[in-house]
Amino acid sequence: MNLDIHVIHYLVLSTIMLICGIFGFFTRKNMLATLISVELILNATNINFAVFNRYLFPGQLEGHFFALFGIAVAAAETAVAIAIILNVYRNIKKIMTDDVTDMNG
Amino acid sequence: MEFKYTILILLLPLLSFLLLGLAGMKMRHRLAGSIGTISLGVVALLSYVTAYNYFTLDRTAEGVFPTVQPWNFEWLPFTESLHIDMGIMLDPISVMMLVVISTVSLMVHIYSFGYMKGERGFQRYYAFLSLFTFSMLGLVVATNIFQMYVFWELVGVSSYLLIGFYYTKPEAIAASKKAFIVTRFADLGFLIGILLYGYYMGTFTFTPVETNLMGAGMILPWALGLMFVGGAGKSAMFPLHIWLPDAMEGPTPVSALIHAATMVVAGVYLVARMFPLFIAYAPDTLHIVAYVGAFTAFYAASVACVQSDIKRVLAFSTISQIGFMMVALGVCTSADPHDGGLGYMASMFHLFTHAMFKALLFLGAGCIIHAVHSNEMSAMGGLRKYMPITHITFLIACLAIAGIPPFSGFFSKDEILTACFQFSPAMGWIMTVIAGMTAFYMFRLYYGIFWGTENKQLHAEHTPHESPLTMTFPLMVLAAITIFGGFIPFGEFVSSNGHAYTIHLKASVAVTSVVVAVVAIALATWMYARDRQPVADMLARRFPRLHRAAYKRFYMDEIWMFVTKKIIFRCISAPVAWFDRHVVDQFLNFMAWSTNAAGEELQPIQSGKIQSYVVWFFGGAIVLTILLLLLL
Amino acid sequence: MEINLQEIVFYVVAAFIAVCSVLAVTTGRLLRAATYLLFVLFGTAAIYGLLGYTFLGAVQLMVYAGGIVVLYVFSILLTRSDKDMRDKISKPKLVSVVLTTLVGCALILFLIFTNGFVLDAIPQGVELNVKEIGMALIGGDKYEYVLPFELLSVLLLACMIGGVLIARKR
Repeated sequence: MNLDIHVIHYLVLSTIMLICGIFGFFTRKNMLATLISVELILNATNINFAVFNRYLFPGQLEGHFFALFGIAVAAAETAVAIAIILNVYRNIKKIMTDDVTDMNG
Repeated sequence: MEFKYTILILLLPLLSFLLLGLAGMKMRHRLAGSIGTISLGVVALLSYVTAYNYFTLDRTAEGVFPTVQPWNFEWLPFTESLHIDMGIMLDPISVMMLVVISTVSLMVHIYSFGYMKGERGFQRYYAFLSLFTFSMLGLVVATNIFQMYVFWELVGVSSYLLIGFYYTKPEAIAASKKAFIVTRFADLGFLIGILLYGYYMGTFTFTPVETNLMGAGMILPWALGLMFVGGAGKSAMFPLHIWLPDAMEGPTPVSALIHAATMVVAGVYLVARMFPLFIAYAPDTLHIVAYVGAFTAFYAASVACVQSDIKRVLAFSTISQIGFMMVALGVCTSADPHDGGLGYMASMFHLFTHAMFKALLFLGAGCIIHAVHSNEMSAMGGLRKYMPITHITFLIACLAIAGIPPFSGFFSKDEILTACFQFSPAMGWIMTVIAGMTAFYMFRLYYGIFWGTENKQLHAEHTPHESPLTMTFPLMVLAAITIFGGFIPFGEFVSSNGHAYTIHLKASVAVTSVVVAVVAIALATWMYARDRQPVADMLARRFPRLHRAAYKRFYMDEIWMFVTKKIIFRCISAPVAWFDRHVVDQFLNFMAWSTNAAGEELQPIQSGKIQSYVVWFFGGAIVLTILLLLLL
Repeated sequence: MEINLQEIVFYVVAAFIAVCSVLAVTTGRLLRAATYLLFVLFGTAAIYGLLGYTFLGAVQLMVYAGGIVVLYVFSILLTRSDKDMRDKISKPKLVSVVLTTLVGCALILFLIFTNGFVLDAIPQGVELNVKEIGMALIGGDKYEYVLPFELLSVLLLACMIGGVLIARKR
């Protein structure tokens, strides 16, 4: 018995997730909220890895492991980002992106 | 066939240079000088051994000495046959040059002990001497034209360093720069010649493939002619001679080593090295060499007749004598020494004898300058009483250069004149007259120094004295070689086609030249030997313009200055400088300014707001993707 | 046409994920956004399970849902920014952002649909063996991943040290 779901359906799902993430990243002003959007983007990517692996190259494991490593990298990224945000908050008591503009030219 | 030890001849001076150059300043003078001298002594010994072993080799079936290459490293390969090598090649002329260079260099090393005693930079001086000797030896044993060029430039550098040894003296700096620039300018011709040669012959060695030689056509004479331009620069041929008289600003032993005996004959050696190609494929170029040499010889001899600085006289005499060597090479019409090829042997013979007696003259002049602390003849006169050894050796050298038998110069000059007469009687007579002029100005110099009016006032303040043994010993050695060198059966070793050639004097030429020399000496004696010199003064008054022009070296320096300053600088360099300053520099300034201005304009975009950056980034990614989709 | 249970599950989960994604980026309160993110991550784990990558789904649950979201919640509470979602962006900017996103979305969907994927079925119930994953993860041959694994461990270590350094009190 087979699972009859077209690849495209998965891909559409991940596209929705990705676009939501991008939209959130564009519009959100709170740094933690932008970070949440980034997580959505990463998740969309991971789903794509897994789906392509499963459908197109069932005998191999690359996509699977990319997803696995992607999760680990996301965890690392989040930890550092949150550390930075906490530090920023401690220094200026704000975590709005518009307030953190010290990098302007 | 084992000549592996010859590598030491090159390595020892190099090591000595490195040692003295790097650690010399910490050494005491005596130690530094000893290191240089001892290494040079070993080199000289090895050269003699090499010469003995080489000339006692069996001749090959054709009756010539074999050409030996004990070392040859392939350094820069370009194609199968075109590669630059570094190595050692022994053939009759390179072995002969080894002996000449190491002998003169050793004498100069010993002599400098006394001459440079207590000078600042004594160790530096010996380091440079070693460098020079290394370069010169590397030049003569070069296995190919490019190695020769490399060492040729090294020789130029060490000459520059030694001329400018007294670097606190502005004249010395100017002279060293002049020597370097003029010879470098000439070397441009040499380099172009080498490149032409390498391109058309497909090799840098001295013996190209026959088919390439045939195919080159008119290129080969041009390449050889351009090489001769380089040789003319180093050998001070007219009109590139202007650096040599100024180079006398260096220490006198340096003048003896570089500007009399070794470096200035590099051009002659170059022509001799390429001689088989010259004679077979470019005889016309060779004759141009002869005419240039003859004119140079005449010009320099006439200038030497009126100079008052004794080193300048010797410098012009050197130029004149090198002209003789060039003429001897140039008048060759075939490679057979019995039929028009005599000049090659004569030139090499004269190179050998001239190196010895000219080094002797310069070292003697060094003793005199050491004694009276002046280069001007007016400060001398009557020195024979004070400096007997210098006097005798100087006289021997003067007799040799004048061509009086049985001194060595007679034999070599006689061969040259014979070769000239074989070429054409006119050339023979011209060269005989110049030989007479040589005798005249040398004895003018001799009388001016050792006889004539004594500058009593100056000598009372500071009595001239004979030099120490370290300085007179080399004089005596060189004098001995000068006396007996003429009896060396030179033709047995060196001749144009390598076969043994027995030198035989041609009575008519010999008698003529001796008579001319004696007459010239007598004339000089009559004019200059007495306390007063009415004839000379009268001549100077009668022909003031000629005298002045000759004294000013016929304004050659002024002409060069005019050409360079007024014409080249103003018409070429100034516009180029203007272009550089106003176009090139301004263009770069504009680049810098526009970058800066663009940065100022674009700066507000860098708001520091990450989200705006991301919008731009994402938009850019979309645009790029669409572009790719449309294009692919 | 016949619809089996797995397909029903997939479409339900997909709809759930889509809704939660949209909510996660539009809700006004940060803590809710984090919660919606949690739901999205759960849904993703379910998708992995459907694909037969149960190990990946488990990792997703543990690391993402268990670790990262907790981190978010803590930091939201620490920075007291739950209600801090003011500063709505301006209208024209919003329009431009929406336009950009829609264009990007259209582009991606266009690419997906025109690419011509033909495969539409995978064996049902074939699960990826954990032993196989483990062997591949620490093997050194081709298609084995010990080097990325080690690199990743170094990365995590660096992040740990960096996090501690950045966040500590001075």
